[in-house]
Amino acid sequence: MHSKAPWSLKLAAGLGLAFLHLPILLIFVYAFTTEEKSYQWPPPDFTLKWFGVAWERSDVWEALTLSLKVASISTLIALVLGTLCAAAVSRTHFFGRETISLLVILPIALPGIITGIALRSAFNLAEIPFSFWTIVLGHATFCIVVVYNNAVARFRCISGSLIEASMDLGANSFQTFRYVILPNIATALLAGGMLAFALSFDEVIVTTFTAGQQSTLPIWMLEELVRPRQRPVTNVVAVLVVLMTLLPIIAAYYLTRDGEHSAGQGK
Amino acid sequence: MTMPTAVLFEQVSRHFDQIKAVDSVNLAIQEGEFFAMLGPSGSGKTTCLRLIAGFEQPSAGHIEIFGERVEGVPPYRRQVNTVFQDYALFPHLNILDNVAYGLMIRGVDKKTRYQAAEDALALVQLKGFSARKPAQLSGGQRQRVALARALVNKPKVLLLDEPLGALDLKLREQMQEELKALQKQLGITFVFVTHDQGEALSMADRIAVFNQGKIIQVDTPQALYRHPNSPFVANFVGSSNVLAPDFMQHLGLPAQWASLRPEDIQLVQTGGYSATLLSRSYMGSANRIQLAIKDQVLHALVPHHLALPADNSPVQIAWQPNDLHVMEST
Repeated sequence: MHSKAPWSLKLAAGLGLAFLHLPILLIFVYAFTTEEKSYQWPPPDFTLKWFGVAWERSDVWEALTLSLKVASISTLIALVLGTLCAAAVSRTHFFGRETISLLVILPIALPGIITGIALRSAFNLAEIPFSFWTIVLGHATFCIVVVYNNAVARFRCISGSLIEASMDLGANSFQTFRYVILPNIATALLAGGMLAFALSFDEVIVTTFTAGQQSTLPIWMLEELVRPRQRPVTNVVAVLVVLMTLLPIIAAYYLTRDGEHSAGQGK
Repeated sequence: MTMPTAVLFEQVSRHFDQIKAVDSVNLAIQEGEFFAMLGPSGSGKTTCLRLIAGFEQPSAGHIEIFGERVEGVPPYRRQVNTVFQDYALFPHLNILDNVAYGLMIRGVDKKTRYQAAEDALALVQLKGFSARKPAQLSGGQRQRVALARALVNKPKVLLLDEPLGALDLKLREQMQEELKALQKQLGITFVFVTHDQGEALSMADRIAVFNQGKIIQVDTPQALYRHPNSPFVANFVGSSNVLAPDFMQHLGLPAQWASLRPEDIQLVQTGGYSATLLSRSYMGSANRIQLAIKDQVLHALVPHHLALPADNSPVQIAWQPNDLHVMEST
């Protein structure tokens, strides 16, 4: 038996979903259009040639690999630092603990443009040339927050006596981390890591301020929009990005769902 | 020949800022003993247990485990294992891996450690539970797993932190007997912390009574009950009538503190002290009655078949002279 919702509610829900998803469908459609100078509706005809063109263009590949590299390395940095920070804040008591916690979260609350300007002037002051690594540093600031938030929530679920029990049974700190803490926070780290990766992958504002001559994928896309030539290539890349990000997001969803199922077993 | 000392405390203190959780404690626990640390919450008994386990370090004094100084020795280098109050089973491991954890850390090969873990599970009557996760077990079963996980390492001293606190009454009584039988069978020194005096009396070979970070008395259950050394022990271990010096004087006795157990007070026809029967409550096997001599209220337990006069009637009460235990002051 399923209850009947009033038709007006169904309509509102349908319109809401359509508003969210139709534009994404449009991108898919424009990837196949034969019209290359403007977005004309309906597309005069359909073709697969833009996939070939995109494949041939080296600037697409450069932007894509740069974005993947930046996202991977900032996520890696965030996983290490975010986890350590979460462990310190949730496992120990020290003076200024709450302040540290707030200061870690602050970069994500601040507008990206502030982070960007601040980093840019700091890099200038320190005479650090803008490069791949300045982009990574900029991205790491908000990636750490995402990992930290996920990890700190999971750390709170691990009872302190689990760690004591491990030490009591002969495990030193490293073994306790390896055999007790890591298995219990793994799914949280995976989810946090994937979210961090996704955030870094499509970041525009901070990147604009911290990049030198390099273009990450989102920056490349913005630049492409200005050029009235081979516009559907941008859409082809967008389609690939949608497909590439959808798979890990679905994976993360299922992984954390199972993780929450087992995380409550401590008590 | 004397038994070797398993755990020795010499003037051990543990201070947390201003709070003296453990204050100059001296203690010697013999090998093979079933030793209870009894006291109200915040009396320092759990801190003492954590000092033996190595989770706490003494602020002052020395601790020895089988003759070895252990100050500064981390928990993972002590031949001591703990059964935690909340059991602390690893939620991501099944029961067999939980029990085999200590052996795995020590590098024992898979076949040997799983065999040892199966044996330990059989010892606590949990055969056939190996593949389950801790969440699939009842409280009593988890407690047995925690016990097996500690015992499989063959510790020289087993520490139990309020091991039966979370179990219901029937299960608790059953586990008390099993723990006692297990300790006899294995011959391992057991040190357990409890706030339940009944549990301590029924299980332990010796009991240390804690209050405000100090040990008030260490004795066998019988001695502790029959000869409490202070009003605190008299009240905390069983119930007692604590008689102040001026009341003793009123009875024509030496002016000292004394303890009189309720079951030692008898109603007599003549020749006793004159008292007033205030009230009664039926306890099944006995009647608990309240009496008054002058302003002093006394509790007594009398057999249920004894006919009692109405409330507020005068009665005569008496006790054997050696049932009245003289104590040091407060």
